[in-house]
Amino acid sequence: MASLIETHDLTLHFGGLKAVDGVDFSLMAGEIHALIGPNGAGKTTFVSLLSGRRMAQSGTIHLGTEDITHLPAHIRVRKGIAYTFQITSIFPRLTVFDNVALAVQAQGAKDLHGRTQAALARVGLVGLEEQEAQTLAYGHQRLLELAMGLALNPRVLILDEPTQGLAASEIEGFKRLVESLVPETTVLLIEHNMEVVMDLATRITVLNFGQVLATGTPEEIRANPLVQEAYLGA
Amino acid sequence: MKVWALHLVLIAVLFAAQFLLSPYHTTNLARIMVLAVFAMGYNLAFGYTGLLSLGHALLLGAGMYAAGLSAQLWGFSAGPALIVGTVAGGVMAAAVGLLALRTAGVSFMIVTLMFAQAGYLTILYFAPTTGGDEGFTLAAASRTFAGFDLSTDTPRFFAALALFALGLLVSLALVRSPFGRTMVAMRENEERSRMLGYNPFAVKLAALTISGLYAGAAGAAYALLFGYVGASFTTIQYSILPMLYVLLGGAGTTIGPLLGAALMFALIEAASGLTTAYLFLVGLALVVLVLFAPKGILGTIRERWLKWLP
Repeated sequence: MASLIETHDLTLHFGGLKAVDGVDFSLMAGEIHALIGPNGAGKTTFVSLLSGRRMAQSGTIHLGTEDITHLPAHIRVRKGIAYTFQITSIFPRLTVFDNVALAVQAQGAKDLHGRTQAALARVGLVGLEEQEAQTLAYGHQRLLELAMGLALNPRVLILDEPTQGLAASEIEGFKRLVESLVPETTVLLIEHNMEVVMDLATRITVLNFGQVLATGTPEEIRANPLVQEAYLGA
Repeated sequence: MKVWALHLVLIAVLFAAQFLLSPYHTTNLARIMVLAVFAMGYNLAFGYTGLLSLGHALLLGAGMYAAGLSAQLWGFSAGPALIVGTVAGGVMAAAVGLLALRTAGVSFMIVTLMFAQAGYLTILYFAPTTGGDEGFTLAAASRTFAGFDLSTDTPRFFAALALFALGLLVSLALVRSPFGRTMVAMRENEERSRMLGYNPFAVKLAALTISGLYAGAAGAAYALLFGYVGASFTTIQYSILPMLYVLLGGAGTTIGPLLGAALMFALIEAASGLTTAYLFLVGLALVVLVLFAPKGILGTIRERWLKWLP
């Protein structure tokens, strides 16, 4: 497999806090890659650097062969890196349809209605098109967030704690949905729920204090004594 | 369908009003329609895109002076002068936007206010050309369009109506287009929009420029239809008024600006008959609105009853 996103020595410090500290990381095309680590390990900051929400102080990011280190976020989105927010970020006063249509039309206006419906169908929100997004149940809002990400037809979908606040039954549905995305879409998943991580991920990277502690298959990570000490063993 | 029908009926009603109203009220309605064009432009920036500008008087003034001076100095007739004024409003908005849109929120308000004040002072500074505080009146020759004398009641009314109708239908088409949805996205959640691949700066600049085209057209039309160009139109008062019209009628509704302009016009007229401190009543209206009906008349109607209202 070829690597789709590759970072080299990626760094972002906030004053004395080394949020991301020299991270070498590669995301292989078609995998579900989980990013785990204790609170404050730098997971969200790291994916913010990938998506362009924050700019790196040093190091490089490549998408395929292209250096995207200095590209603004909206250009990276157009190049195929979609980010779904940790804290649900939708357009609360717009309808469900308009929320997804905004993502769809960013890719071109052709067959807006059909493509929007397709994205809604994929997450199971058909029938709620005309509802104001803020009136949706929380689980549905998470699905709407996901539908917006999918509607971008991304090459890489970054999911930042997607199962947070979901009920167990909803998590099952979510797992099946993510599995159905690969290998067309590559998934980078930040997740605290270890069951979800171990079920879904083909590879796992563990961050600790802004640095990569380990990378490997779920079995390798489970067996890694450093990881157990820093995180799993707790 | 229903939506377009509603707007066409509104235009038809305004058309009919000309035959029912006295000349005095016809002239006032023409004035209201021109001010409503200004307010519709303000609404596209503020009501739909969420750009709270306090400097739209500058854009109105740009249109008014560009049209007035090109008529005065180079003998432009009404058609070309209107085009020059419209373009001037758009260009001014784009220029201000390039700088002001680096800020947001309160800073954006202050920066736009500052630009407008600088514009006002510039007009006073170049008094030999602009007429300074007193302004200037337009010669009758430049107030003709296709053989019609715009200083007479009927042609003036129809010119105002034509401009208003065009502005209204363009604004309706715009807000129902994908770009209209993008403008609203900026207002509702800019960061999310960015992460959907939109460049917020470019979208806001485009919206502000369109808003400037409206303001420029309104300023030019005001000069050509009522024959006077003056610095008073570039004062802070004319930055606040479109905001009041929009807030009263309903921000983010297509017809709200006309409704707000008409009601506020009537209020100011009634109040100035009673007291010279009529601006006090305007201020009071703003406070009451913000406290009790933040969505304005049509915004409230849409929320409660007519969900389909654009």
